[in-house]
Amino acid sequence: MRRVLLTQRKNEHAVPLRFQHRILDGLRRKVSNVSQLKNKDDKLIGQVPDNRGHFGIYGGKFVAETLMVPLQELQDAYDKYLDDPDFIAELDADLQNYVGRPSPLYLAEGWTRHLGGAQIYLKREDLNHTGAHKVNNTIGQALLAKRLGKTRIIAETGAGQHGVATATVAARLGLKCVIYMGAVDIARQAINVYRMKLLGAEVVSVESGSKTLKDALNEAMRDWVSNIDNTFYIIGTVAGPHPYPAMVRDFQAIIGREARQQIQQQAGRFPDALIACVGGGSNAIGLFYPFLDDKDVAIYGVEAAGDGLDSGRHAAPLCAGRPGVLHGNRTYLMEDDDGQIIETHSVSAGLDYPGVGPEHAWLKDIGRAEYVAIDDDEALQAFHDLTRIEGIIPALESSHALAYATKLAPTMDKEQIIIVNLSGRGDKDIHTVAALEGIEV
Amino acid sequence: MSRIKNCFDKLKTRNRKALIPYVTAGDSDPTVTVPLMHAMVNAGADIIELGVPFSDPMADGPVIQRAAERALEHHVSLRDVLTMVTEFRQQDSHTPVVLMGYLNPVEVMGYTVFAEAAAQAGVDGVLTVDLPPEEAETLVATLRSQQLDPIFLLAPTSDDERIKLICEAASGYVYYVAIKGVTGAGNLDVQAVADKLEQIRKHTDLPVGVGFGIKDAESAAAVAAVADAVVVGSALVQKVEQAAGQHDRINAEIAGLLMQMRAGI
Ligand SMILES: Cc1ncc(COP(=O)(O)O)c(C=O)c1O
Repeated sequence: MRRVLLTQRKNEHAVPLRFQHRILDGLRRKVSNVSQLKNKDDKLIGQVPDNRGHFGIYGGKFVAETLMVPLQELQDAYDKYLDDPDFIAELDADLQNYVGRPSPLYLAEGWTRHLGGAQIYLKREDLNHTGAHKVNNTIGQALLAKRLGKTRIIAETGAGQHGVATATVAARLGLKCVIYMGAVDIARQAINVYRMKLLGAEVVSVESGSKTLKDALNEAMRDWVSNIDNTFYIIGTVAGPHPYPAMVRDFQAIIGREARQQIQQQAGRFPDALIACVGGGSNAIGLFYPFLDDKDVAIYGVEAAGDGLDSGRHAAPLCAGRPGVLHGNRTYLMEDDDGQIIETHSVSAGLDYPGVGPEHAWLKDIGRAEYVAIDDDEALQAFHDLTRIEGIIPALESSHALAYATKLAPTMDKEQIIIVNLSGRGDKDIHTVAALEGIEV
Repeated sequence: MSRIKNCFDKLKTRNRKALIPYVTAGDSDPTVTVPLMHAMVNAGADIIELGVPFSDPMADGPVIQRAAERALEHHVSLRDVLTMVTEFRQQDSHTPVVLMGYLNPVEVMGYTVFAEAAAQAGVDGVLTVDLPPEEAETLVATLRSQQLDPIFLLAPTSDDERIKLICEAASGYVYYVAIKGVTGAGNLDVQAVADKLEQIRKHTDLPVGVGFGIKDAESAAAVAAVADAVVVGSALVQKVEQAAGQHDRINAEIAGLLMQMRAGI
């Protein structure tokens, strides 16, 4: 089976860009050194990050000294194995035979009729083994862990999907596995917690801070710094210090590569728009990345508006935050005027994160992608609609992307095409939805 | 000359090692900090590291995490910490004060605004835990322009190349993290520390402080035998936690532990 090269990233000379947004005081000098895209037709794929992990002014490596050498080792290993035919062959075989790729691209005719506008195709990441896109990345990182001789794997998780996907590959490779999960998330994702335990993972309840995904990430970092000799940290999204944002993107870009081919086969042309939900941003960048240079394809990332952007209770750093530094990279954050990270809110645990991958911050600033927000009620409506009309129960995270499609599709012609990334299935959310409706399951 | 350099030069002529206590500013409440700083100086502290509370202290163990949470319950901000230093300086013009924290509060304030305000308040050095020299160029230049010393961490994992890079960016002193782990963790291996310090000293004449894992007079004495400065944090912060709310007891307990350490080194 042929496959497009795993990455087209190997370009050390990022084409620098000019940014129009308000730049932080301390960054002015750095940014003014950065010239602009030479012309509008310059390619975006392969431009970022530079060899220090910068996506424009975003990204980088903001970690305590102890982690700098391990991160360099990870980067070296990643660069090496990306060019290693044996590694790529093993990854491809696992994605095909264990994960079940390629995932289908499905024309949702009933839902398209219901919305009365553009045709909507769903990229069915919900059909992957373990039920979400997360496994594309954990398969890849676990193979790296094995190559590096690490015997212990750790991960953070919010909705539990990344935790399950990590525990799954750890079980298969016979590696010890510890998953950090916020106490609040443990309570609302009980099924996934039990799944992880069945798979042999230890699930550590994180009681610090807001007891959600960001705190789980802090705790996983603390574990990593304490056990770097034998431990591989599998970050579950395109955040964290370099090389994680680039590496996770490259492992997830299989979504967009497949979709790009499938839509040409099925519809004979490119889509007019892509939509994906954005927590940390891995399913979104996975779909978007291979389309970045198809300039006629509009790109929409959907953040969680929670109780509404005006309420302050949301998880939409790109729509309502500002740049700062957290979890090893510079990106848009939800923070107060003192620079403290503020608590986020979303009905979906997987989107309940105050930061976002640095590549999305960059795509926002250069204007290649547009970021919008969908609130809890809108997402829940889309959850029910897709379930009743298409017989597909979507994850609450993915329901945010679906909800934006319900707004966008009616504004477009019937000949036009939208691809929505259905990043995961909703089985894990059934208790949450039932509880909201006062039903005990 | 910077207060920090002055301090180390003086200690050297007296053949003494520096004792550097760390406490989180605003723990257990904002009124604790300034009197505690004076009490620490009276008990033998040579330099004070003042922690700036941050919501996501990724490099800290549970003891200092909880200290940050207590301070943040009182909304202690970077500006509040600078105000505390200003107040401290009204009575103490010679003891160096180093701010230790994470980058984001500094980014939000803005590097230039921060550096000017810190210098004005009487801060001497700034250690941002999550800012390696690769990302620090702009901040280092901004701090230098205000005569503030950028302090950097060195770790057991730092190789010769990184030691060199870090020592070139740093001034005042460098801070060797004696264990692979977070603050307050583990037991330190003094021989391993001694070996690493030898490697570090090949690259720099700056004083080398050692911290993480120093809990009592005995471990302080052992480290002082090989290092220029001993940094003690979690052991002190734990005492603040145990005596939270009782100002006199906090001062007495911390002064007690520091005096034992001072006697030992
Ligand atoms: C199904 C699903 N979609 C999306 C997300 C959000 O993550 P990301 O933005 O990295 O794709 C999660 C995270 O848990 C998820 O489980």
